[in-house]
Amino acid sequence: MSAPFSFSRTPLDVSALRSALADPACGGYAAFEGWVRDHNEGQRVRHLEYEAYEALAVREAERIIAEAGARFGVAHAACAHRVGDLQVGELAVWVGVSAAHRDEAFRACRYIIDEIKHRLPIWKKEHYVGGDSGWVNCERCAVPSAHEHRHEHEHS
Amino acid sequence: MSAPLYGLVLAGGRSTRMGADKAALSVAGRTQLEQAMALLAPRVARAFVSVRADQRAEPLRAAFEQIEDSRENLGPIAGILAALERHPEHAWLVLACDLPLLDGATLDRLVRSRAPTRLATAFRSSHDRLPEPLCAVYEPASGAALAAYVAAGGNCPRKFLMSADVELLDEPNPRALDNANTPEEYASAMSALADSAAAATRRVTVQYFALLREQAGRGGETLETRARTPRELYGELARRYPFSLDAAQLRVAINSEFGDWSATLRDGDAVVFIPPVAGG
Repeated sequence: MSAPFSFSRTPLDVSALRSALADPACGGYAAFEGWVRDHNEGQRVRHLEYEAYEALAVREAERIIAEAGARFGVAHAACAHRVGDLQVGELAVWVGVSAAHRDEAFRACRYIIDEIKHRLPIWKKEHYVGGDSGWVNCERCAVPSAHEHRHEHEHS
Repeated sequence: MSAPLYGLVLAGGRSTRMGADKAALSVAGRTQLEQAMALLAPRVARAFVSVRADQRAEPLRAAFEQIEDSRENLGPIAGILAALERHPEHAWLVLACDLPLLDGATLDRLVRSRAPTRLATAFRSSHDRLPEPLCAVYEPASGAALAAYVAAGGNCPRKFLMSADVELLDEPNPRALDNANTPEEYASAMSALADSAAAATRRVTVQYFALLREQAGRGGETLETRARTPRELYGELARRYPFSLDAAQLRVAINSEFGDWSATLRDGDAVVFIPPVAGG
């Protein structure tokens, strides 16, 4: 059984990640893919980089996946996240869940990606067309916020 | 070739001025007697506590090997003499049990500078330049000299040292030999201990990520810091680096786990300040 959460410096192999969740007892599989978008907050993105505090991120991600299992009763769940430089259109993050039925698979998948975005020590630096660049939420946010509440609006 | 060293903590007094058993007073989380025995333990082959006959069963003192006074109402000199008579082949590192600010470094200095061909090695008090008899090494030969001094009517160990062939050292730490005989002196010592705990430094490793890494110009460092908490540490680092983020915008991790801004930092801790995240 592969690790529930992993970082990768190279493009994610979705097919391999998905087959690790295969289970004849499961009738439903739900997945989410986060793609690198070509714009953010009105700026055109050329490419971006992800940086992570890996030791803590892996621990916290494993906790999140365990929470999803306990809360939604899914059979298997995993997540893989890129670090390093990514081009527009590349796959930045993958979450997959297999469960007896689709309802819990969808819910767990949503839960995992939402929690991962909110809790993991991973940072994104966008490089814009025109030469400007900035760490998302650190330099682009007009109103700095503490981490105790969720952002009401999506950044990316 | 110097005589092997035994240790002795003098706990046979009556603590009249303190109004409470000085040996039982608390310093650094344990009793003064335990503290003194702990300071001795790594520096001597065996350590003993000096007691009056009527104290043998007292629980605090009963935990250690004891040497009983053979003479009554003579004060600490009786304890020193009893030890020298019990093990005449050994030199004795003698400590009072009311030295709450005594530290290992002072004892190391004493042991390192011990002059085994003289009767004793002692510190010169920083107050009056007189020998401090109750944090000193007494060589085997001092036994006979002390017995003669006592037989002639003497009972003051300081006066004994003043007239004997003794190696005198200057104290490296002026307050180490402050003795606490009264509640006021004890309170003053506790206050000094609290101050020095506040001034103590610890060695921590810090890792910087993302914007903090760019602003610090490095991925991490190991540093000695006075900061007692991550909050104080961030304050210290923010004075050194052009950090644009306030502590309120960060989370903190200690030893690869989310931590508290007010957690007590310990030597060897690894700290990471976590800027606003953007993963997923």
